[in-house]
Amino acid sequence: MEAAANPLIPNTAELVVGVIAFSLLFIVLRSRVVPMFEKAFTARTEAIEGGIAKAEHAQREAEAALKAYTAQLNDARSEAQSIREEARVQGAAIIEDLRGKAQEEASRITAAAHASIEAERQQAVASLRHEVGALATELASKIVGEALDDQVRQSGIVDRFLTDLEKSSK
Amino acid sequence: MQITGHLASSAGFVPPSTSDFNLPPIFGHSAYLTKPIALVFFSVILISAFFILASRKSAVVPSKLQYAGESIYSFVRKDLGEEIIGSGFLAYVPFLFTLFTFVLVNNVFGIIPFMQFPAMSHVSFPYVLAGFSYFIFHAIGVKRQGLIPYLKGIAFLPGVPKFAYILLTPIEIATYFLIRPVTLALRLFANMFAGHLLLLVFIGGGNYMLHDSHLLMKFLSPFSFSFGIIMTFFEFMVQCLQAYIITLLSALFIAGALAEEH
Repeated sequence: MEAAANPLIPNTAELVVGVIAFSLLFIVLRSRVVPMFEKAFTARTEAIEGGIAKAEHAQREAEAALKAYTAQLNDARSEAQSIREEARVQGAAIIEDLRGKAQEEASRITAAAHASIEAERQQAVASLRHEVGALATELASKIVGEALDDQVRQSGIVDRFLTDLEKSSK
Repeated sequence: MQITGHLASSAGFVPPSTSDFNLPPIFGHSAYLTKPIALVFFSVILISAFFILASRKSAVVPSKLQYAGESIYSFVRKDLGEEIIGSGFLAYVPFLFTLFTFVLVNNVFGIIPFMQFPAMSHVSFPYVLAGFSYFIFHAIGVKRQGLIPYLKGIAFLPGVPKFAYILLTPIEIATYFLIRPVTLALRLFANMFAGHLLLLVFIGGGNYMLHDSHLLMKFLSPFSFSFGIIMTFFEFMVQCLQAYIITLLSALFIAGALAEEH
Protein backbone atom coordinates (compact mmCIF):
# COMPACT_ATOMS: atom_id res chain seq x y z
CA MET A 1 0.00 0.00 0.00
CA GLU A 2 3.00 2.22 0.51
CA ALA A 3 3.74 2.20 -3.23
CA ALA A 4 0.12 2.70 -4.24
CA ALA A 5 -0.06 5.89 -2.24
CA ASN A 6 2.41 7.56 -4.60
CA PRO A 7 0.38 8.45 -7.70
CA LEU A 8 3.48 8.49 -9.91
CA ILE A 9 4.26 4.81 -9.41
CA PRO A 10 2.65 2.78 -12.19
CA ASN A 11 0.54 -0.26 -11.55
CA THR A 12 1.58 -3.41 -13.42
CA ALA A 13 -1.96 -4.53 -14.20
CA GLU A 14 -2.81 -1.13 -15.63
CA LEU A 15 0.36 -1.02 -17.71
CA VAL A 16 -0.48 -4.37 -19.24
CA VAL A 17 -4.09 -3.37 -19.84
CA GLY A 18 -3.00 -0.04 -21.27
CA VAL A 19 -0.72 -1.70 -23.81
CA ILE A 20 -3.32 -4.30 -24.77
CA ALA A 21 -6.22 -1.83 -24.97
CA PHE A 22 -4.32 0.74 -26.97
CA SER A 23 -2.92 -1.89 -29.35
CA LEU A 24 -6.36 -3.40 -29.80
CA LEU A 25 -7.89 -0.03 -30.59
CA PHE A 26 -5.02 0.79 -32.93
CA ILE A 27 -5.46 -2.48 -34.84
CA VAL A 28 -9.21 -2.00 -35.16
CA LEU A 29 -9.02 1.63 -36.25
CA ARG A 30 -6.14 0.99 -38.61
CA SER A 31 -7.63 -2.04 -40.33
CA ARG A 32 -11.34 -1.27 -40.28
CA VAL A 33 -11.87 2.47 -39.93
CA VAL A 34 -9.03 4.43 -41.49
CA PRO A 35 -9.12 2.60 -44.88
CA MET A 36 -12.87 3.13 -45.12
CA PHE A 37 -12.61 6.85 -44.37
CA GLU A 38 -9.73 7.20 -46.78
CA LYS A 39 -11.76 5.36 -49.41
CA ALA A 40 -14.64 7.78 -48.89
CA PHE A 41 -12.27 10.76 -49.12
CA THR A 42 -10.69 9.45 -52.30
CA ALA A 43 -14.07 8.72 -53.85
CA ARG A 44 -15.25 12.20 -52.93
CA THR A 45 -12.16 13.82 -54.35
CA GLU A 46 -12.55 11.82 -57.53
CA ALA A 47 -16.23 12.70 -57.79
CA ILE A 48 -15.44 16.38 -57.43
CA GLU A 49 -12.48 16.26 -59.77
CA GLY A 50 -14.51 14.19 -62.26
CA GLY A 51 -17.24 16.81 -62.19
CA ILE A 52 -14.70 19.55 -62.72
CA ALA A 53 -13.09 17.62 -65.57
CA LYS A 54 -16.48 17.10 -67.18
CA ALA A 55 -17.29 20.78 -66.90
CA GLU A 56 -13.90 21.67 -68.33
CA HIS A 57 -14.49 19.29 -71.21
CA ALA A 58 -17.88 20.85 -71.94
CA GLN A 59 -16.36 24.29 -71.77
CA ARG A 60 -13.60 23.28 -74.18
CA GLU A 61 -16.19 21.86 -76.57
CA ALA A 62 -18.26 25.02 -76.41
CA GLU A 63 -15.18 27.10 -77.05
CA ALA A 64 -14.23 24.93 -80.03
CA ALA A 65 -17.75 25.26 -81.46
CA LEU A 66 -17.66 29.00 -80.97
CA LYS A 67 -14.31 29.15 -82.69
CA ALA A 68 -15.64 27.10 -85.60
CA TYR A 69 -18.68 29.33 -85.94
CA THR A 70 -16.56 32.43 -85.81
CA ALA A 71 -14.25 31.00 -88.43
CA GLN A 72 -17.20 30.13 -90.66
CA LEU A 73 -18.65 33.57 -90.18
CA ASN A 74 -15.33 35.13 -91.07
CA ASP A 75 -15.07 32.89 -94.14
CA ALA A 76 -18.55 33.91 -95.24
CA ARG A 77 -17.75 37.53 -94.61
CA SER A 78 -14.53 37.43 -96.60
CA GLU A 79 -16.27 35.51 -99.37
CA ALA A 80 -18.96 38.15 -99.55
CA GLN A 81 -16.23 40.76 -99.60
CA SER A 82 -14.46 39.04 -102.49
CA ILE A 83 -17.72 38.64 -104.39
CA ARG A 84 -18.43 42.33 -103.90
CA GLU A 85 -14.94 43.17 -105.02
CA GLU A 86 -15.26 41.01 -108.07
CA ALA A 87 -18.60 42.58 -108.93
CA ARG A 88 -17.10 46.00 -108.58
CA VAL A 89 -14.21 45.06 -110.83
CA GLN A 90 -16.56 43.53 -113.35
CA GLY A 91 -18.80 46.59 -113.26
CA ALA A 92 -15.85 48.82 -113.79
CA ALA A 93 -14.73 46.64 -116.70
CA ILE A 94 -18.20 46.80 -118.25
CA ILE A 95 -18.29 50.56 -117.88
CA GLU A 96 -14.82 50.81 -119.37
CA ASP A 97 -15.85 48.57 -122.20
CA LEU A 98 -18.96 50.59 -122.90
CA ARG A 99 -17.03 53.80 -122.72
CA GLY A 100 -14.51 52.40 -125.16
CA LYS A 101 -17.29 51.38 -127.50
CA ALA A 102 -18.94 54.78 -127.20
CA GLN A 103 -15.65 56.42 -127.86
CA GLU A 104 -15.14 54.26 -130.87
CA GLU A 105 -18.65 55.03 -132.07
CA ALA A 106 -18.07 58.69 -131.55
CA SER A 107 -14.80 58.61 -133.42
CA ARG A 108 -16.42 56.55 -136.12
CA ILE A 109 -19.22 59.10 -136.45
CA THR A 110 -16.69 61.91 -136.41
CA ALA A 111 -14.66 60.15 -139.06
CA ALA A 112 -17.77 59.63 -141.16
CA ALA A 113 -18.65 63.29 -140.73
CA HIS A 114 -15.16 64.25 -141.71
CA ALA A 115 -15.33 62.00 -144.71
CA SER A 116 -18.66 63.44 -145.86
CA ILE A 117 -17.41 66.97 -145.27
CA GLU A 118 -14.31 66.11 -147.26
CA ALA A 119 -16.45 64.64 -150.02
CA GLU A 120 -18.69 67.66 -150.01
CA ARG A 121 -15.67 69.88 -150.08
CA GLN A 122 -14.20 67.89 -152.93
CA GLN A 123 -17.51 68.15 -154.68
CA ALA A 124 -17.62 71.88 -153.94
CA VAL A 125 -14.10 72.32 -155.12
CA ALA A 126 -14.90 70.37 -158.26
CA SER A 127 -18.03 72.31 -158.91
CA LEU A 128 -16.27 75.53 -158.00
CA ARG A 129 -13.50 74.73 -160.34
CA HIS A 130 -16.04 74.07 -163.02
CA GLU A 131 -17.93 77.26 -162.22
CA VAL A 132 -14.74 79.30 -162.00
CA GLY A 133 -13.81 78.05 -165.42
CA ALA A 134 -17.18 79.03 -166.76
CA LEU A 135 -17.04 82.33 -164.99
CA ALA A 136 -13.55 82.98 -166.19
CA THR A 137 -14.70 82.20 -169.64
CA GLU A 138 -17.67 84.52 -169.21
CA LEU A 139 -15.53 87.19 -167.69
CA ALA A 140 -13.00 86.87 -170.40
CA SER A 141 -15.70 87.12 -173.02
CA LYS A 142 -17.08 90.18 -171.22
CA ILE A 143 -13.67 91.72 -170.99
CA VAL A 144 -13.03 91.00 -174.53
CA GLY A 145 -16.45 92.39 -175.44
CA GLU A 146 -15.93 95.79 -173.65
CA ALA A 147 -13.26 98.46 -173.74
CA LEU A 148 -10.49 98.05 -171.22
CA ASP A 149 -8.79 101.41 -171.46
CA ASP A 150 -10.43 102.97 -168.47
CA GLN A 151 -8.96 101.93 -165.05
CA VAL A 152 -12.18 102.83 -163.25
CA ARG A 153 -14.32 101.02 -165.62
CA GLN A 154 -12.03 98.08 -165.36
CA SER A 155 -12.29 98.03 -161.59
CA GLY A 156 -16.07 98.36 -161.85
CA ILE A 157 -16.17 95.22 -163.93
CA VAL A 158 -14.17 93.35 -161.38
CA ASP A 159 -16.44 94.55 -158.63
CA ARG A 160 -19.48 93.52 -160.48
CA PHE A 161 -17.89 90.16 -161.13
CA LEU A 162 -17.20 89.56 -157.56
CA THR A 163 -20.63 90.60 -156.53
CA ASP A 164 -22.09 88.32 -159.06
CA LEU A 165 -19.85 85.61 -157.77
CA GLU A 166 -21.04 86.18 -154.24
CA LYS A 167 -24.60 86.27 -155.33
CA SER A 168 -24.27 83.10 -157.30
CA SER A 169 -22.55 81.25 -154.50
CA LYS A 170 -25.32 82.22 -152.05
CA MET B 1 -11.71 29.80 9.19
CA GLN B 2 -12.46 29.10 12.81
CA ILE B 3 -15.78 27.47 11.94
CA THR B 4 -14.13 25.19 9.39
CA GLY B 5 -11.42 24.25 11.81
CA HIS B 6 -13.94 23.58 14.49
CA LEU B 7 -16.11 21.48 12.23
CA ALA B 8 -13.21 19.60 10.73
CA SER B 9 -12.01 18.62 14.13
CA SER B 10 -15.41 17.73 15.58
CA ALA B 11 -17.30 16.11 12.65
CA GLY B 12 -14.17 14.85 10.88
CA PHE B 13 -14.32 16.17 7.30
CA VAL B 14 -11.87 14.08 5.31
CA PRO B 15 -10.51 16.03 2.35
CA PRO B 16 -10.04 13.98 -0.83
CA SER B 17 -6.52 12.65 -1.23
CA THR B 18 -4.51 10.49 -3.58
CA SER B 19 -5.94 7.43 -1.86
CA ASP B 20 -9.31 8.30 -3.43
CA PHE B 21 -7.81 7.26 -6.75
CA ASN B 22 -7.08 3.77 -5.49
CA LEU B 23 -10.42 2.20 -6.17
CA PRO B 24 -10.90 -1.30 -4.87
CA PRO B 25 -11.48 -4.13 -7.36
CA ILE B 26 -15.07 -4.32 -8.56
CA PHE B 27 -15.27 -7.85 -7.23
CA GLY B 28 -12.80 -10.34 -5.93
CA HIS B 29 -9.21 -9.34 -5.34
CA SER B 30 -7.82 -9.34 -8.87
CA ALA B 31 -5.82 -6.26 -9.79
CA TYR B 32 -7.32 -6.58 -13.31
CA LEU B 33 -10.92 -6.11 -12.22
CA THR B 34 -10.83 -2.47 -11.28
CA LYS B 35 -12.93 0.45 -12.45
CA PRO B 36 -10.22 2.18 -14.54
CA ILE B 37 -9.39 -1.04 -16.36
CA ALA B 38 -13.05 -1.71 -17.06
CA LEU B 39 -13.44 1.84 -18.31
CA VAL B 40 -10.42 1.54 -20.60
CA PHE B 41 -11.75 -1.64 -22.16
CA PHE B 42 -15.19 -0.13 -22.43
CA SER B 43 -13.69 2.88 -24.22
CA VAL B 44 -11.98 0.59 -26.72
CA ILE B 45 -15.28 -1.16 -27.46
CA LEU B 46 -17.16 2.14 -27.67
CA ILE B 47 -14.67 3.83 -29.99
CA SER B 48 -14.34 0.78 -32.22
CA ALA B 49 -18.10 0.32 -32.48
CA PHE B 50 -18.75 3.97 -33.21
CA PHE B 51 -16.14 4.32 -35.91
CA ILE B 52 -16.84 0.96 -37.53
CA LEU B 53 -20.51 1.90 -37.80
CA ALA B 54 -19.65 5.39 -39.03
CA SER B 55 -17.16 4.26 -41.66
CA ARG B 56 -18.91 1.07 -42.75
CA LYS B 57 -20.50 2.50 -45.89
CA SER B 58 -17.73 4.92 -46.85
CA ALA B 59 -20.27 6.76 -48.98
CA VAL B 60 -19.41 9.72 -51.16
CA VAL B 61 -22.40 11.54 -49.72
CA PRO B 62 -22.11 10.75 -46.00
CA SER B 63 -24.91 9.99 -43.59
CA LYS B 64 -25.05 11.96 -40.34
CA LEU B 65 -23.22 9.19 -38.51
CA GLN B 66 -20.54 8.91 -41.15
CA TYR B 67 -20.19 12.67 -41.19
CA ALA B 68 -19.71 12.74 -37.42
CA GLY B 69 -17.04 10.04 -37.60
CA GLU B 70 -15.37 11.67 -40.56
CA SER B 71 -15.27 15.04 -38.82
CA ILE B 72 -13.24 13.60 -35.96
CA TYR B 73 -11.04 11.57 -38.28
CA SER B 74 -10.39 14.40 -40.69
CA PHE B 75 -9.64 16.75 -37.78
CA VAL B 76 -6.82 14.42 -36.70
CA ARG B 77 -5.83 13.73 -40.29
CA LYS B 78 -5.65 17.35 -41.40
CA ASP B 79 -4.91 19.50 -38.35
CA LEU B 80 -2.64 17.05 -36.56
CA GLY B 81 -1.32 14.95 -39.45
CA GLU B 82 -1.10 16.87 -42.68
CA GLU B 83 -0.34 20.30 -41.30
CA ILE B 84 2.25 19.20 -38.76
CA ILE B 85 3.95 16.16 -40.27
CA GLY B 86 3.60 17.21 -43.90
CA SER B 87 4.49 14.79 -46.69
CA GLY B 88 4.17 11.13 -45.75
CA PHE B 89 1.81 11.98 -42.89
CA LEU B 90 -0.75 9.37 -43.87
CA ALA B 91 1.30 6.50 -42.41
CA TYR B 92 1.08 8.03 -38.94
CA VAL B 93 -2.57 9.04 -39.02
CA PRO B 94 -3.82 5.69 -37.62
CA PHE B 95 -1.56 6.09 -34.58
CA LEU B 96 -2.52 9.72 -34.01
CA PHE B 97 -6.17 8.92 -34.55
CA THR B 98 -6.05 6.06 -32.03
CA LEU B 99 -4.18 8.20 -29.54
CA PHE B 100 -6.60 11.11 -29.84
CA THR B 101 -9.82 9.11 -29.60
CA PHE B 102 -8.50 6.85 -26.84
CA VAL B 103 -7.41 9.75 -24.65
CA LEU B 104 -10.46 11.87 -25.44
CA VAL B 105 -13.00 9.21 -24.60
CA ASN B 106 -11.22 8.08 -21.45
CA ASN B 107 -10.85 11.66 -20.30
CA VAL B 108 -14.48 12.51 -20.93
CA PHE B 109 -15.46 9.41 -18.95
CA GLY B 110 -14.33 11.51 -16.02
CA ILE B 111 -17.47 13.62 -16.12
CA ILE B 112 -20.00 11.14 -17.48
CA PRO B 113 -22.42 10.08 -14.74
CA PHE B 114 -21.79 6.62 -13.27
CA MET B 115 -18.40 6.39 -14.90
CA GLN B 116 -16.99 9.58 -13.48
CA PHE B 117 -13.43 8.47 -13.45
CA PRO B 118 -10.72 9.54 -15.87
CA ALA B 119 -8.50 6.51 -16.45
CA MET B 120 -5.68 8.87 -17.37
CA SER B 121 -5.52 9.98 -13.73
CA HIS B 122 -3.89 6.61 -13.17
CA VAL B 123 -0.37 7.30 -14.30
CA SER B 124 0.14 3.86 -15.81
CA PHE B 125 -2.03 4.69 -18.82
CA PRO B 126 -0.28 7.94 -19.72
CA TYR B 127 3.03 6.10 -19.30
CA VAL B 128 1.90 3.52 -21.82
CA LEU B 129 0.76 6.17 -24.31
CA ALA B 130 3.90 8.24 -23.93
CA GLY B 131 5.87 4.98 -24.28
CA PHE B 132 4.22 4.27 -27.63
CA SER B 133 4.81 7.80 -28.81
CA TYR B 134 8.44 7.64 -27.61
CA PHE B 135 9.05 4.33 -29.33
CA ILE B 136 7.48 5.51 -32.59
CA PHE B 137 9.34 8.77 -32.98
CA HIS B 138 12.70 7.20 -32.15
CA ALA B 139 11.95 4.28 -34.46
CA ILE B 140 11.21 6.73 -37.27
CA GLY B 141 14.43 8.62 -36.60
CA VAL B 142 16.52 5.44 -36.58
CA LYS B 143 14.81 4.06 -39.67
CA ARG B 144 15.27 7.32 -41.54
CA GLN B 145 18.84 8.06 -40.69
CA GLY B 146 20.32 4.89 -39.24
CA LEU B 147 21.04 4.40 -35.56
CA ILE B 148 24.44 6.08 -35.32
CA PRO B 149 23.71 9.17 -37.45
CA TYR B 150 20.40 9.60 -35.62
CA LEU B 151 22.00 9.50 -32.17
CA LYS B 152 24.86 11.67 -33.37
CA GLY B 153 22.39 14.17 -34.79
CA ILE B 154 20.67 14.40 -31.42
CA ALA B 155 23.82 14.60 -29.33
CA PHE B 156 25.82 16.92 -31.58
CA LEU B 157 23.75 19.59 -33.22
CA PRO B 158 25.44 20.58 -36.48
CA GLY B 159 26.36 24.19 -37.03
CA VAL B 160 27.14 24.81 -33.37
CA PRO B 161 30.59 25.85 -32.12
CA LYS B 162 32.50 22.95 -30.53
CA PHE B 163 32.67 24.34 -27.02
CA ALA B 164 28.87 24.67 -26.92
CA TYR B 165 28.58 20.87 -26.94
CA ILE B 166 29.59 20.84 -23.30
CA LEU B 167 26.30 22.53 -22.58
CA LEU B 168 24.11 21.37 -25.46
CA THR B 169 24.86 17.66 -25.60
CA PRO B 170 23.50 16.80 -22.13
CA ILE B 171 20.49 19.06 -22.71
CA GLU B 172 19.68 17.52 -26.08
CA ILE B 173 20.10 13.96 -24.84
CA ALA B 174 17.95 14.65 -21.80
CA THR B 175 15.31 16.31 -23.99
CA TYR B 176 15.02 13.47 -26.43
CA PHE B 177 15.31 10.51 -24.09
CA LEU B 178 13.91 11.72 -20.81
CA ILE B 179 12.07 15.02 -20.85
CA ARG B 180 9.90 14.42 -23.88
CA PRO B 181 8.31 11.12 -22.80
CA VAL B 182 8.07 12.05 -19.15
CA THR B 183 6.43 15.43 -19.77
CA LEU B 184 4.12 13.86 -22.32
CA ALA B 185 2.88 11.35 -19.75
CA LEU B 186 2.90 13.63 -16.73
CA ARG B 187 1.11 16.50 -18.42
CA LEU B 188 -1.83 14.29 -19.23
CA PHE B 189 -1.73 12.49 -15.91
CA ALA B 190 -1.46 15.64 -13.80
CA ASN B 191 -4.27 17.44 -15.59
CA MET B 192 -6.65 14.54 -15.21
CA PHE B 193 -5.56 13.86 -11.65
CA ALA B 194 -5.88 17.45 -10.53
CA GLY B 195 -9.16 17.93 -12.37
CA HIS B 196 -10.70 14.90 -10.74
CA LEU B 197 -9.40 15.94 -7.35
CA LEU B 198 -10.92 19.38 -7.82
CA LEU B 199 -14.31 17.91 -8.58
CA LEU B 200 -14.00 15.63 -5.56
CA VAL B 201 -13.24 18.61 -3.34
CA PHE B 202 -16.22 20.68 -4.43
CA ILE B 203 -18.78 17.92 -4.68
CA GLY B 204 -17.54 16.04 -1.60
CA GLY B 205 -17.39 19.32 0.28
CA GLY B 206 -20.91 20.26 -0.79
CA ASN B 207 -22.16 16.89 0.29
CA TYR B 208 -20.43 17.17 3.63
CA MET B 209 -21.79 20.65 4.25
CA LEU B 210 -25.32 19.60 3.32
CA HIS B 211 -25.30 16.88 5.96
CA ASP B 212 -23.77 19.10 8.60
CA SER B 213 -26.02 20.00 11.51
CA HIS B 214 -25.03 23.65 11.34
CA LEU B 215 -27.64 25.69 9.36
CA LEU B 216 -25.07 28.05 7.84
CA MET B 217 -23.20 25.07 6.41
CA LYS B 218 -26.40 23.72 4.84
CA PHE B 219 -26.97 27.19 3.35
CA LEU B 220 -23.49 27.34 1.87
CA SER B 221 -23.58 23.82 0.49
CA PRO B 222 -25.26 24.72 -2.87
CA PHE B 223 -22.43 27.14 -3.63
CA SER B 224 -19.95 24.33 -3.36
CA PHE B 225 -22.15 22.12 -5.56
CA SER B 226 -22.65 24.78 -8.19
CA PHE B 227 -18.95 25.45 -8.28
CA GLY B 228 -18.52 21.72 -8.74
CA ILE B 229 -20.83 21.94 -11.77
CA ILE B 230 -18.94 24.91 -13.18
CA MET B 231 -15.71 23.01 -12.71
CA THR B 232 -17.25 20.03 -14.50
CA PHE B 233 -17.67 22.17 -17.62
CA PHE B 234 -14.18 23.47 -17.16
CA GLU B 235 -12.97 19.88 -16.82
CA PHE B 236 -14.67 18.94 -20.06
CA MET B 237 -12.65 21.63 -21.79
CA VAL B 238 -9.43 20.46 -20.14
CA GLN B 239 -10.16 16.85 -21.07
CA CYS B 240 -10.60 17.70 -24.74
CA LEU B 241 -7.61 19.99 -24.68
CA GLN B 242 -5.35 17.37 -23.12
CA ALA B 243 -6.39 14.79 -25.71
CA TYR B 244 -5.51 17.33 -28.37
CA ILE B 245 -2.21 18.27 -26.75
CA ILE B 246 -0.83 14.77 -26.33
CA THR B 247 -1.70 14.01 -29.96
CA LEU B 248 -0.29 17.32 -31.15
CA LEU B 249 2.99 16.78 -29.31
CA SER B 250 3.30 13.22 -30.59
CA ALA B 251 2.73 14.54 -34.12
CA LEU B 252 5.38 17.19 -33.56
CA PHE B 253 7.88 14.60 -32.34
CA ILE B 254 7.16 12.42 -35.37
CA ALA B 255 7.49 15.42 -37.67
CA GLY B 256 10.80 16.26 -35.97
CA ALA B 257 12.14 12.73 -36.42
CA LEU B 258 11.02 12.71 -40.06
CA ALA B 259 12.42 16.08 -41.00
CA GLU B 260 15.45 15.96 -38.78
CA GLU B 261 18.53 17.24 -40.50
CA HIS B 262 20.26 18.04 -37.26
